[in-house]
Amino acid sequence: MDIFINYCCWALIISGSFFVIVGAFGTYRFPDFWSRLHAASITDSAGVILLLLGMGVYSGLTLITFKLLVIGLFLFITGPTSTHAVANAALISGLRPPTLQSKNSDDPDLKKPSDAV
Amino acid sequence: MFSIATIAILIAMLLVLVRLLKGPTLYDRVLAVNSFGTHTVLLIGVMGFLNGRPDFLDIALLYALINFVGTIAILKFFRYRAIGDIMQIPPDKNNKEQQ
Repeated sequence: MDIFINYCCWALIISGSFFVIVGAFGTYRFPDFWSRLHAASITDSAGVILLLLGMGVYSGLTLITFKLLVIGLFLFITGPTSTHAVANAALISGLRPPTLQSKNSDDPDLKKPSDAV
Repeated sequence: MFSIATIAILIAMLLVLVRLLKGPTLYDRVLAVNSFGTHTVLLIGVMGFLNGRPDFLDIALLYALINFVGTIAILKFFRYRAIGDIMQIPPDKNNKEQQ
């Protein structure tokens, strides 16, 4: 039984750190702000959940697991919220994905990306 | 096991820091700061387990709280040019949604 828990822990933590690396690599490599937004939220969702789950399995049913649960719950709520806030602020400031900046678009507050903050 | 996770998170932090410095627009930087905060939360948790003293999770929770508040404060500042009560600020002409 112990060996199974150990393997489960290993699998969760290794895959969690894999997703953290993938998210950060995406944040660094993607061409445009909006695609980076997607990459950053990969770390926020998959990386956090897998790592916290792995640590929870490792520490068994103790107070530590409860703390991990609280952290996971809080990050589960604020992760998407803060990503949405950043995206909303960028949208209002006039930042647009490159394909949507066609000349004849009737978007009222469309600004060239150059004068976005 | 935890050392692998620690190394992975440190590498991820470096990548996000490069994005922070390179990010053309302000919102890339805010995104990078937010992502860096989440990485710090994970790093505190994993380092706690690495050294066999997983009591650091309270600090990780606190950091997650402050990271969220910080991100929202930065965004609010750059949108209304002020963090305090927005009602007294005269509506600036080029802010479309206020007209």
